[in-house]
Amino acid sequence: MKTFKMGGVHPEENKISNDAAIEVMPVGKQMVVLMNQHLGAPATPVVQKGDKVKVGQLIGEAQTFMCANVHSPVSGTVLKVEPVKDAFGLAKPAVWISVEGDEWMETIDRTPDIKRECPLEPKEIVAKLKEMGIVGLGGATFPAHIKYSVPDGKKAEYLIVNAAECEPYLTSDYRVMMEHAEEICIGVSILRKALGVPNAYICIESNKPLAIQKMQETARGFEGIVVEPLKVKYPQGAEKQLINAVTGRKVPSGKLPIDVGCVVSNVGTCFSVYEAIQKNKPLIENILTVTGKKLPSQHNYIVRIGTTYNEIIKHSIGELPATTGKVISGGTMMGKAVVNLDAPTVKGNASVLVMDEAEARRNPETACIRCGKCMNACPMGLEPYLFSSLVKTGRIEEAKEHNILDCIECGCCFFSCPANKPLTDEIRLGKNRVRAMMAAKR
Amino acid sequence: MNLLNISGSPHVHSDESTKKIMWRVNLALVPALLVGIAYFGVSALLVACISVASCILFQWLIEKFLLKVPSTIGDGSAVVTGLLLAFNVPATLSMMWIVVIGALVAIGVGKMAFGGLGKNPFNPALVGRVFLLISFPVQMTTWPDVSKVKFFGLDTVTGPTPLGLIKERGAESLGKMPQIWDMLTGYIGGSWGEVSAIAILVGAIYLLCTKVISWHIPVSFIGTAFVFSAILWLVNPIHVGVDPADGAEKLMGFIDPLTTILTGGIMLGACFMATDMVTSPMARSGQLIFGFGCGLLTVIIRNWGAYPEGVSFAILLMNSVTPLINRWCKPKRFAC
Repeated sequence: MKTFKMGGVHPEENKISNDAAIEVMPVGKQMVVLMNQHLGAPATPVVQKGDKVKVGQLIGEAQTFMCANVHSPVSGTVLKVEPVKDAFGLAKPAVWISVEGDEWMETIDRTPDIKRECPLEPKEIVAKLKEMGIVGLGGATFPAHIKYSVPDGKKAEYLIVNAAECEPYLTSDYRVMMEHAEEICIGVSILRKALGVPNAYICIESNKPLAIQKMQETARGFEGIVVEPLKVKYPQGAEKQLINAVTGRKVPSGKLPIDVGCVVSNVGTCFSVYEAIQKNKPLIENILTVTGKKLPSQHNYIVRIGTTYNEIIKHSIGELPATTGKVISGGTMMGKAVVNLDAPTVKGNASVLVMDEAEARRNPETACIRCGKCMNACPMGLEPYLFSSLVKTGRIEEAKEHNILDCIECGCCFFSCPANKPLTDEIRLGKNRVRAMMAAKR
Repeated sequence: MNLLNISGSPHVHSDESTKKIMWRVNLALVPALLVGIAYFGVSALLVACISVASCILFQWLIEKFLLKVPSTIGDGSAVVTGLLLAFNVPATLSMMWIVVIGALVAIGVGKMAFGGLGKNPFNPALVGRVFLLISFPVQMTTWPDVSKVKFFGLDTVTGPTPLGLIKERGAESLGKMPQIWDMLTGYIGGSWGEVSAIAILVGAIYLLCTKVISWHIPVSFIGTAFVFSAILWLVNPIHVGVDPADGAEKLMGFIDPLTTILTGGIMLGACFMATDMVTSPMARSGQLIFGFGCGLLTVIIRNWGAYPEGVSFAILLMNSVTPLINRWCKPKRFAC
C-alpha cells in the first residue's frame, strides 16, 4: 500500500462519528458572514444596510487576485456591515443578516437529480469556480480558481483528490464519500477536464474500507478516475506527503505542487465543485462533524456558513458537558482551539470537536533527553529540537538556515516528544519571527 | 461552565514520557541482574542495591539542597545510572563502600554538575566507573572466581577475567580461556552485570521492540569490533610463540572475533550505555558513526592500550565528539 516515506506518527484514530449520517442543521435567526473566509485578502462587501438578499446571492466580491467571492447563506435583510470577532478572537469584516424565510436564487438548481454532462470548456469551468466562490475545503481554503488556472510554462499531469482524512476524529469527508459518491466523481471529472489531465487519483486511507469500496464502485462508471488506498499514517493527507505517496515525486522547498505537475484537491471541494458547476450553487454550506468522546451523541451536519459554534452545539447536543476542556475547530493534530464560541463558522470548517478536561490537559514539560524522536517523526526531515533552542535564544537567522520555513506544522514532533516539549508551538513562533525578519530586510 | 483551554495544535500526545523510557530501560536490565545474582550470589545483589540507593539519595540531596529544584528521582534515570554502575564493578565485599563513591561521582559530577538529566555530555554511570577504575585500580580489578562463589558468602576467591588472561600474555593462559557457551550465559569472570551476553540481548531486544533504542548503535558497535578483530585475528591469530627479546614463551597475536565481542563489556556497553539517548548522536547516520568509533576504539585499547578492557573509555571518548557528530550528521531533508 502506498504511503509517504519519511517520518509520520500514528495517533489514536477516534473516528467515532463514522456512522452518523449527514443531517441538515436548521438556519438560525441571524447570520454573520465573514468577508475573509479564504486564504488571501478579504472580499469587498457589495451589499448595504437594509438590502434584501436571497440564498446564494453575491454579498462579497473578490476584487484582488488572491481572494474569493462570498455569497449569502440565507435570505433576509442586511442588518449592518461591521467587523465581528472570529473563532480565534480577531475582528474580521463581516455582513450581518437578519434571516427571513428561505428564499433561494432562481438560478440555483435545487432538484435532487444528478446531472452528469458538463458542456463547459476548461476556461469557463475556472471562471465559474471563481463566480461561485469555491475554495479548498481541506483546511487551507485556497481559492480554487487560482489553483485550477495552471500558470504558463507549467503543466498538470496528476489530479490528486485528497480523501485521506488522516486527522483523528474527523468524518465529514468519509460521510460525503458514503452519501455523495457519484457527485464527487462528476466533480472530479469536471476538475480533470479543467486541468486537461489523463487521470485523477482519489486517495483514501485504508481505515475507511467502505468508502474505498463505494468510491471504487462509483468510479467504474467514469473515465480516468483511480481510487488509491493509502496506509494509515499521519500526516498522509498533507499535500507534499500525499503527492509523495501517490506519485513518488517530491515538491521542493518553497515550491508548489504544480511545479512537479500535481494539483491536489480535497474530496469535499470536489463535491462543492459539482454543486457549483452543475447546479449553480455557490459555496454556502459546510459538511461538519460534531464529535467528542464525552458527548452524548455524534453527528455529521450540513451547516450553512455563518452559523455560530454555539448554535451548532445547542442544536446537536444541547450544551457542552460540564467537564469540557477545549473546543477545537478541525482535528486533534492540526485543528485550532476555538476562543469565541459566538463566532460564525466559515468555509472549510470541518468539525466542532469537544475535548474533555483530562484529554485537553497538557502534561508538564520536562528536560529534553535528546532522544531524537521529534526528528524521526518529522515528515519534512527537519530538526524540531534544534528549532526549539534556536527560537528560545533568539537565533532566528540560524533557524532560517536550518529551513524552519519548511515546517508544515503537522504536530508530529510535539506528539512524539517524551519530554512534552511544546515543539510545534515554538516552531510556529519561530516561523513568524523568521517571516518578520525577512519582511524587515525587504 | 468552566473556561475553555486554548493552546496551539496538536491537541493530543503520544503518551510517551521520559519516565516510561527510563523504567523500560530498568526493566530491560533485569535479566542481566538476575543472571549476575545467580552466578555471583548475594554480594552482587548488595552491590546493586547500594549503588541504586546511593544514586537516588545523591540526586535527591543535590536537587533539594544544592540546586533547590523539584526532585526528579521519580523519572527512573538515577536507577538506570545506579544499575549500570553496579553492573560495571566486581561483586566483592570492598565494592560495598567503593560503589557509594562511584555513585556520588556518577550523579554529582557526571550528571547534576551539568544541570541534570539531558544536559550531561558523558554517560554518568561510565564517569563513575572510570573514576573508580583509576582511583581504586586494585579493588576494581579483583574479580571473584565465578566457579568458587558461594551464594550467601561475602568472602571471595579471586580469579582472572578472559581479557585479563590475554593481557598477561602468559603461555598457559590460552588453555584457561572459557568456552563459547560459558561466555554466552555468563559463567566467566568479570564485572557481574556484563558477563552474560544472552541476558543482555534479551533486554536489548525488549528495548528495540519498545523503540527505546534503535539497532544502529549496537549493530555498528558490535559489528565494527567483530570485523576489526577478525581482520587482526586473520592476519595474526593468537598463538604461543617465543619472544625474541628474552627467549620466553608468550602468548602472541590477536584473539578471535567471537571471543572479542562476548567478553568484557562490549555487549552491555553497546546495548545499554552507548545507546544512552542523552550522550549519543540523534541522527541515524550519526549513530552509525558513533557505534563505529566505539567499536574501533575498544579493540584498539584492548590490544594496544594499558588496560585489558576499553569499552568504558571508548564510549566516553565518543561521547565527547557527539556534539560534533550531531552538527555534521543531519537528517535527510524532504525533497533534497
